[in-house]
Amino acid sequence: MSADVAHDLKAKTQVRTRSLRARVLLALGPATALGGVVWAILQPWRLTLLHPHGQGLYWLLAEPPLYVVLVGIGFRLLLAPGIVADLEEAE
Amino acid sequence: MIVAGIEPRAEFVHWWFASGFLVLGLALLSEALVGSEIWGRRPWRRYLWPSIAFGMGLLMWPVATFFTNSTIHMVAHSMWAQVLMLAGAAELGVARGKLHSQYWRLTSALGLAASGLALLLHEQNHWLFARAAFLHHTLGWTVLVAAVFPLVQAFRPRSFTAAMGFATTFVVIAVLLYCDRDVAPIFGHLSYYAGAPHR
Repeated sequence: MSADVAHDLKAKTQVRTRSLRARVLLALGPATALGGVVWAILQPWRLTLLHPHGQGLYWLLAEPPLYVVLVGIGFRLLLAPGIVADLEEAE
Repeated sequence: MIVAGIEPRAEFVHWWFASGFLVLGLALLSEALVGSEIWGRRPWRRYLWPSIAFGMGLLMWPVATFFTNSTIHMVAHSMWAQVLMLAGAAELGVARGKLHSQYWRLTSALGLAASGLALLLHEQNHWLFARAAFLHHTLGWTVLVAAVFPLVQAFRPRSFTAAMGFATTFVVIAVLLYCDRDVAPIFGHLSYYAGAPHR
């Protein structure tokens, strides 16, 4: 069997056998970010970047729905992959 | 006078701290899900949440120093700064291996209990006076009751329920802090004495 095909098969097997804990971990960040997006849709006036004229510096910096989205994305990209890799290695 | 001119609104500061608590909560949730052994496989991860807690304690000092609209607010913020730094420092000591006893987790229980009491004691208005008053009461009771989680962890370090409860506490704190507004109604109630609401 070609090494490329074997590698693909191994990867597919790993995806299939990913544990519930790993999936929950990988979903934490996107779920958090989704919370921020829903908040932004429900209260668009909280995003002063959408209507920046006449806003002070702090109002432009204070974008709480964006904070939530950034925390979620940051967690998914920076923290979750390493934890899941360690979890799968241990399993 | 200059400081008052450049001082951010209290709600902005609460949202910044909410983001810190959200990071803290997600880190603790991850640790609870995978367990301490797997979490500690990469040494830097062991220092993550204690460092965030300690850093937030440090950042609480400027809040205590500059937001001096009342003495009791200043005292409460100073106390939160101290307990955050105490819990963070104790957990940093455990992560580094300088401290060995599992009972250092009691500093987190002490921190939450003291924070809850400070929240309840420094809010002098009733629940439906304004949004901030409601959140102070809710946060106070939440944090006070949640002190039971690190208390359980001190005696049963492998308790999954206690670890999840401890982690979830910080996510709840973050959500409640994000709900804060300087002057806003709560469930349609806003006292005449609270002032004029803004966005």
